[in-house]
Amino acid sequence: MNQRPLSPHLGVYKFMYTMALSILHRITGCAASVGFLLFVWWLMALASGPAAYASAMNALGSPLAKLLLVGFTFSFVYHFCNGIRHLVWDTGHGLERAQARRSGAVVVVAALLLTAVVVWYSCRAFGLAP
Amino acid sequence: MPRIRAGTVSLRSPLSKVIGRGSAGEGVGHWWAQRVTSVALLPLTAWFVISLLGHSLQSYDAMRGWLGQPWVAVLTILLVFTLAWHSKLGVQVVVEDYVHAKGAKTTLLLLSTFVHFGAAVAGIFAILALALS
Repeated sequence: MNQRPLSPHLGVYKFMYTMALSILHRITGCAASVGFLLFVWWLMALASGPAAYASAMNALGSPLAKLLLVGFTFSFVYHFCNGIRHLVWDTGHGLERAQARRSGAVVVVAALLLTAVVVWYSCRAFGLAP
Repeated sequence: MPRIRAGTVSLRSPLSKVIGRGSAGEGVGHWWAQRVTSVALLPLTAWFVISLLGHSLQSYDAMRGWLGQPWVAVLTILLVFTLAWHSKLGVQVVVEDYVHAKGAKTTLLLLSTFVHFGAAVAGIFAILALALS
């Protein structure tokens, strides 16, 4: 079984940023899965009463937690935007090289902008910004 | 080489002929469920994030009052359920693609299934507890 032929490996291809975007879809998906568990933990804290909720929000307010939350936000937003790109591909559209490269750039810009917007509004909802 | 006579050409494998069952028709089930859940999640997640950030997250009463409303609770239950499903399918593909040791693969897939079901039940329970108490 170990002698079976392998298809050409990643090393033989010239690097394109679309390759990075592709693996980033999986990485952000995995990160978003962890974020989903955090979301459920937050819901359980809310259901457990005011004291549990206050301590959960306190834990989420630490600098490390804030950094993680920004990371989860970007992961979710990127996966959301690139997921739309994948759904369009599934209809058979946008698969030409130039189109795929352009839509990849659009997704990155959209994800960064939306992350900034969500983080800004989150700061307001957390009571941190004006 | 078996001789092929006119009218007997088949794409079925010898094994499938012996077993004698038809196609289960579920070969694309995983792929399709991934798409269906992603289409459902576009409006659900967008709605949730936009609505959530319009409230004061620090206020227990505000959050509880918002999530406890019937339609908000229903949509959030749908969100938790669909997120868990989509996430389970996605993590499964990642494990199957990158973990090749059989024991580790089975363990991780089992763990992922248990964690996702557990998270879905916990999330839905929490929302029901808020909405019905």
